[in-house]
Amino acid sequence: MTIAIRCQDLRKRYDNKVDAVSGIDLEVGVSQCFGLLGPNGAGKTTTVEILEGLLEPTSGEVEVLGRRWREPGAHLRERLGITLQETRFSEKLTVRETLRLFKSFYRKSQDLTQVLDSVSLIDKATTLVAKLSGGQKQRLAVACALVGSPEILFLDEPTTGLDPQSRRQVWDIVRRFQTQGGTVLLTTHYMDEAERLCDQVAIVDHGKVIARGSPRALIHSLGGDHVVEFSVAANAAGELDQARMLAIPSAIQCRREGELHQLTVREAHVAIPALLELLRRDHYELSSLTTRHASLEDVFVNLTGRHLRDD
Amino acid sequence: MINWKALGQLIYVRMREYSREPEVLFWAFIFPLLLSSGLGIAFRDRAPDKAYAAVIRSDGAPAVVAALRASGFVQAELLDETEARRALRRGKVSLILRLTGGAGGYEYQFDPLRPDGKLARTMVDQVLQQAAGRTDKVPTRDAIFSEPGARYIDFLIPGLIGMNLMSGGMWGVGFTIAEMKVKKLLKRLIATPMRPTDFLLSIMASRLIFMFIEVGTLLIFGALAFGMKIRAPLLEVLAIGGLGALTFGSMGLLVAARAERIESVMGRMNVIMMPMFVFSGVFFSAERFPAATQPLIKALPLTALNDSLRAAINEGTPWAGLAVPLLILAGWGIISFAVAVKRFRWV
Repeated sequence: MTIAIRCQDLRKRYDNKVDAVSGIDLEVGVSQCFGLLGPNGAGKTTTVEILEGLLEPTSGEVEVLGRRWREPGAHLRERLGITLQETRFSEKLTVRETLRLFKSFYRKSQDLTQVLDSVSLIDKATTLVAKLSGGQKQRLAVACALVGSPEILFLDEPTTGLDPQSRRQVWDIVRRFQTQGGTVLLTTHYMDEAERLCDQVAIVDHGKVIARGSPRALIHSLGGDHVVEFSVAANAAGELDQARMLAIPSAIQCRREGELHQLTVREAHVAIPALLELLRRDHYELSSLTTRHASLEDVFVNLTGRHLRDD
Repeated sequence: MINWKALGQLIYVRMREYSREPEVLFWAFIFPLLLSSGLGIAFRDRAPDKAYAAVIRSDGAPAVVAALRASGFVQAELLDETEARRALRRGKVSLILRLTGGAGGYEYQFDPLRPDGKLARTMVDQVLQQAAGRTDKVPTRDAIFSEPGARYIDFLIPGLIGMNLMSGGMWGVGFTIAEMKVKKLLKRLIATPMRPTDFLLSIMASRLIFMFIEVGTLLIFGALAFGMKIRAPLLEVLAIGGLGALTFGSMGLLVAARAERIESVMGRMNVIMMPMFVFSGVFFSAERFPAATQPLIKALPLTALNDSLRAAINEGTPWAGLAVPLLILAGWGIISFAVAVKRFRWV
């Protein structure tokens, strides 16, 4: 595997106080889609901005496309496309004018109409940025990142705050870039985004990578692919015994959040009858029961005891 | 090495943004014109008033009225005694003239406490005495002296050009950069291969282009509406304007160099500009402030700009005669630019 981005023991301390990043190692292969997954404030943005050469690390090594940021003649900016977590383009310019400005900075660039077409903004070419929806603005941001025909695309929270349809449109653009051989590094706190787009993810918390691997492997590491969620009526006699729950065949793990019990199991068809039998025998009245596939969210909760998002 | 394509695009989008900002266009171009026409009309130089006199109706009166009017100095009218008194009370006339007896004598009625009354008496008396054959014992001659460019509008327009260049430079550069920074647009730009120098060049070049329009509009307006004369070569005036635009643009850049919030930039900008609005001789001469404060006032960039513009436009002073104010102006510009570039933060 050819390495597109590599960093070693990356650290960033702001004003000698907080460690935003405290020792991150990453390796991203060419034409991979790599996701930094983590809650807000985990250090994801600081990490990508160091990789993008916008921030100086306090210590650590960064190599992008085999070059270092301070290396003379590296011309790295020519080869990268970037969207920041938040950029508000000038509202008084049209979509085409904005894109044309960005195109002018690159020696090698794509045809404007082609780029606009690829992000489905061709109908909005002469529309002022002020008149665009949130999803359209985000697609314009991605277009500005793509116009220089980059080898690596950095996307910081590309779909935060977008409606489901707009999110899917952004995902399609990213996937198309990747299938054409491009490398993608994105940050997100949406587990579904990471699961759908990324070949590899690193879960980041408090400035450290706490788990890494493909989404499938990480979910698999929980031991079970299914989560059975249930709650029992309040009149029950006493608490449900954790040890007895874990004794259920194929059960891996048991967690409780408020009234909701979550049982991670290997095989739902084995575990559920046994669970129902146990509840019946102890005179618990079941008030809800659902099952779902385990997700990266469960991986994160399993590792930290917290959720990715507060909401 | 300049990337001309990028520089051209950067300038082009600045022009585009401005052209879609009707408010900015109003304050930069229309407002100074309205202000100068308003003030120019209010303070226009008028020929001194004539003396207004009423002549009480009697046999020889119409001839006297005709003689007074013919002099050109006195506006006389024929009235009854009661009408004449009312006119005097109401200030419509300053003097009542009555023909007395057959000897061709006159009686003047006027209020000696009213200056216009005394003036009218002197002027009417002189006309009548000369008409009766009085000759002057000592020959006198009037030499009319009217200094070129000495009207208020001639003073005002260069001051407005200076003020416009100051606020245009400070707001146009400082505010724009602060806004781009807050919107993270600067950070996004610096994440491209764009050269920082191209960006700064585009900001300054846009200022120069606007300077041509701002200075040009006011000068053409002054010439067309008020017959203002530009006595120095136009190139000199535009070069002074250009220096002013660059200096205040650099000061705007300095104010925004480390800006985190738009409000703090606006506050700092007002603190810098407000004293200059007052002390730098925009609407009235800075020389009216006490002598002790003059060195300080002369050291302000807007004073230097206004003094240079006035000297060039109204008196035709050549380059050499403006060395001191132009050096002061350039000094402010160079120092501001150097510090701004050193302190500038893109992210």
